[in-house]
Amino acid sequence: MTRVLRQFWPFWVFLGLAAVFAKALIGIDRGAIDPHAIQSPLLGKRAPEFDLPSVLDPTQRVRLQDSAGRYRVINVWGSWCVACKAEHEALLKLHLQQSIQFIGIDWKDDPSTALEYVRKLGNPYDAIADDQAGQVAIDYGVYGAPESFLISPQGIVLAKHTGPLTEAAFAAEFAPLMKPGATS
Amino acid sequence: MSARRGIAALVCGLWIVAALAIDAGEAFPDAPRQERYLALVHELRCVVCQNQTIADSNADLAADLRHQVRDRIARGESDEDIKRYLTDRYGDFILYDPPWSARSAVLWVAPALLLVVALVVIGRVIRARSSELNQEESS
Amino acid sequence: MMPEWGTLALALAIVLSLSGAVLGLGPMPLPVELNLKLLRNCTLGVWWALAVAFALLVTALVTHDFSVAYVAKNSNTELPRLYCVAAAWGAHEGSLLLWALLLSLWSVLVARHSRSLPPTFRLKVLGVLALVQLGFLLFTLLTSSPFERNLVVPDEGADLNPILQDPALALHPPLLYMGYVGTAVAFAFAVAAMLTGHLDQAFARWVRPWTLASWLALTLGITLGSFWAYYELGWGGWWFWDPVENASFMPWLAATALIHSLAVTAQRGLFRQWTLLLSILTFSLSLLGTFLVRSGVLVSVHSFAADPTRGLFILGLLVFYIVGALLLYALKGQSLTQRGGFDATSRESFLLFNNALLVTTALLILLGTLWPLFLEVFQWGQISVGPPYFNVAFMIPMLPLVALASVGAHAAWKHGALWRRARGLAATAAIAMVLAVLLRSVYPSGGSWLTLCGFFAGCLILCSSLALWWWDLRASFGLRHAAVGMVVAHLGIGVFTIGVTGVSSFAIEKDVSLAPQESAVVADYRVTFIALQPVKGPNYDGLGGTFELRHANQWLATVESQKRVFHAGGAPMTHAAIFSRGGYDLFVALGEDLGAGKWSLRLQYKPLVRLIWWGGVLMALGGLWALVFRAKEVKA
Repeated sequence: MTRVLRQFWPFWVFLGLAAVFAKALIGIDRGAIDPHAIQSPLLGKRAPEFDLPSVLDPTQRVRLQDSAGRYRVINVWGSWCVACKAEHEALLKLHLQQSIQFIGIDWKDDPSTALEYVRKLGNPYDAIADDQAGQVAIDYGVYGAPESFLISPQGIVLAKHTGPLTEAAFAAEFAPLMKPGATS
Repeated sequence: MSARRGIAALVCGLWIVAALAIDAGEAFPDAPRQERYLALVHELRCVVCQNQTIADSNADLAADLRHQVRDRIARGESDEDIKRYLTDRYGDFILYDPPWSARSAVLWVAPALLLVVALVVIGRVIRARSSELNQEESS
Repeated sequence: MMPEWGTLALALAIVLSLSGAVLGLGPMPLPVELNLKLLRNCTLGVWWALAVAFALLVTALVTHDFSVAYVAKNSNTELPRLYCVAAAWGAHEGSLLLWALLLSLWSVLVARHSRSLPPTFRLKVLGVLALVQLGFLLFTLLTSSPFERNLVVPDEGADLNPILQDPALALHPPLLYMGYVGTAVAFAFAVAAMLTGHLDQAFARWVRPWTLASWLALTLGITLGSFWAYYELGWGGWWFWDPVENASFMPWLAATALIHSLAVTAQRGLFRQWTLLLSILTFSLSLLGTFLVRSGVLVSVHSFAADPTRGLFILGLLVFYIVGALLLYALKGQSLTQRGGFDATSRESFLLFNNALLVTTALLILLGTLWPLFLEVFQWGQISVGPPYFNVAFMIPMLPLVALASVGAHAAWKHGALWRRARGLAATAAIAMVLAVLLRSVYPSGGSWLTLCGFFAGCLILCSSLALWWWDLRASFGLRHAAVGMVVAHLGIGVFTIGVTGVSSFAIEKDVSLAPQESAVVADYRVTFIALQPVKGPNYDGLGGTFELRHANQWLATVESQKRVFHAGGAPMTHAAIFSRGGYDLFVALGEDLGAGKWSLRLQYKPLVRLIWWGGVLMALGGLWALVFRAKEVKA
């Protein structure tokens, strides 16, 4: 047995490597592995506080703590973002169906353009924060738009979804994490 | 997901070169801080254009991250603090220099380990061949 | 109609490759000579079929036939003709066709220049090459045909990636592929050797010229790629340890080890296991590179459009060829150990170190490149491995290697007899140290103790190689010997090392914002922004900024950096201005309009940077030299 191992050692090493590659490819094909995706270290941690002017009314402020005690979805978007348009319909629907808070973070955007955008296409958010500086996005480890975070009533980040948030994704990734009674 | 990737590809890809990666702001007046800044931005991975450092990347986010680094150096934070700030938010992914941890131990141990193994194996082979030569010559 | 002929040509090539593989490797009902003749004809047939296919693709590109999907995706009517041709290898499908074409070229060359080989051996070599060809052609035709049609013919095509629109593009991939693909020849020889049992010194002499030739091409291809990145990508970098760059560098390291291992096998019949394994390793790494670029498992700026199913196909090919070869090795490898003694300071001993250090380096690079992937696959988290790691990991085995090579080249076979040279070598080392210190003192600021090490290693191998020629070769051969090739190649390593050390230690990068008539200083050189004017190219528009470069108030040059916006694709591209003189380069890259007339600029001072590529060229030249003289040896 050991003779087989010793004599064939390059063979085993190579086969091992090939197996790892095969596993990687199958994972990528299934969507389970994405070499471009960055795993968020915020999961299970306290969601970063923020205090930004509101896009809808610049005299008002939007703070995370304002919605404490409720489940909320924080959605990072911009009027310049093509993929965000793709999720807009779904967001509108989800906002109607769910009784949780939807907070939009308008990332690196001109507030007046953003205002036009929601006026024309509909506003799925309970509040829209103006993050022109991009500081809050960095705090949340955002690396592209759109991204959505599910925050617990106690302020813990439960889940993160990168890319357009679809109803299916919400049902699969966010809904199961919310205790019953939070949605209607 | 692919629309996001598409935009990233447009910004990063091989299309745009360096234009937006150039800092518009002032450099640090003193050399040590400027050197620290340059060293750091060449060590941090751009999270949008993932094949470049934030020093070379065109992405807006890279510019924002460079500002973060600059501001924090100006405020007196250490390199460790700044890196921790970023890894708290983006994970170890953002460091091109993998930090010493269980996950990267293999990488840091490997060069020395492989060298030692190579030397030991070669040493044995040479000793064997050397004595073979002596045998050949003496017989 | 024409693209369909392309598909037919591919199909014909597949049939001929299959026949070739069967003729070479299958049972032999026919007499050997007849087999061989048929096999050679098949090889030639494959070449003609692929040449036709390639010509058809190029024609489709040049005539803007947008009914072909590949043409529509990678070219448009405004694209200059040169780049229409180069677009043939600018994307996945076309580059695969180039791969196959070049493999076929190598096969034809081997078929024609192998008369001195025993017939059965020759059969196996050509058979293996045909088998490799078969795999790649099947992959091309079944998953990545460049001749697929568009259902709807667009009026205008997309653009070739603007960064690829450069003359170096015409050369870099073909050169690189010649090298990559050429490793299949050494592989074929190794497999043939294992199949026929012909594993002796003669085998090493036969395969040496082929290995040298592919190594040569790979060296030039990598050097050109690095140079191209430097002047095209605008940020002054010349190597980024990108996964695909690593994928081309690892076969180079293995091929370098192979050349040296072959020297021992040819001279004394030793290191046969090393030679066989290295032949297999080099080709495996080359295939691995192909896999990494096209499968999407790694994030890389070079990747072609990623497709996991294609990745699985290539992985299958990889497994098929390498598992086959390694099985053969396992079965035949044990009987290979040969008797033969050598001293601790003999040339064999040094070459053993050489093999081990080169392979160690290749393994370290492989580890660094693949580790993030491993972590992801097994869900152990995420890390990034980039230049900070690779630069250190690379230096640890390589600096000692350069030092060892300086001494080892002087060692004789069997008995090192270095004591004869002790005084001479000590003098060489002293001179090298003096040179290194002098060089170091040219640059007042920057650098570290490592800088002196790097300069010393580079100067050491330079002086030692020149000394070698002067003491050993000049009298008997002058310049007409393969060993002179070795001297030149080692000189190249020295030049390269000095260049890398210089630019890593003393380069200065500065981002400034200037309005016209303002100036900035970088490392003693004054850069004055003169004016901004519109520019127009064949398929782009843009702005050009002129800059005046001065040193100690002496005018050096006036250069222009452009920002180009391509008609076909909106995003702007910076074309940096580079001023090059003997010992340094100055870089000016035009950035963004900051308003109020000011523009952001990146200025760079790059001392000794050109030595990096001159080193590469010298290495290749050395290889060519050795090739010419080794090839004569084989004919004899």
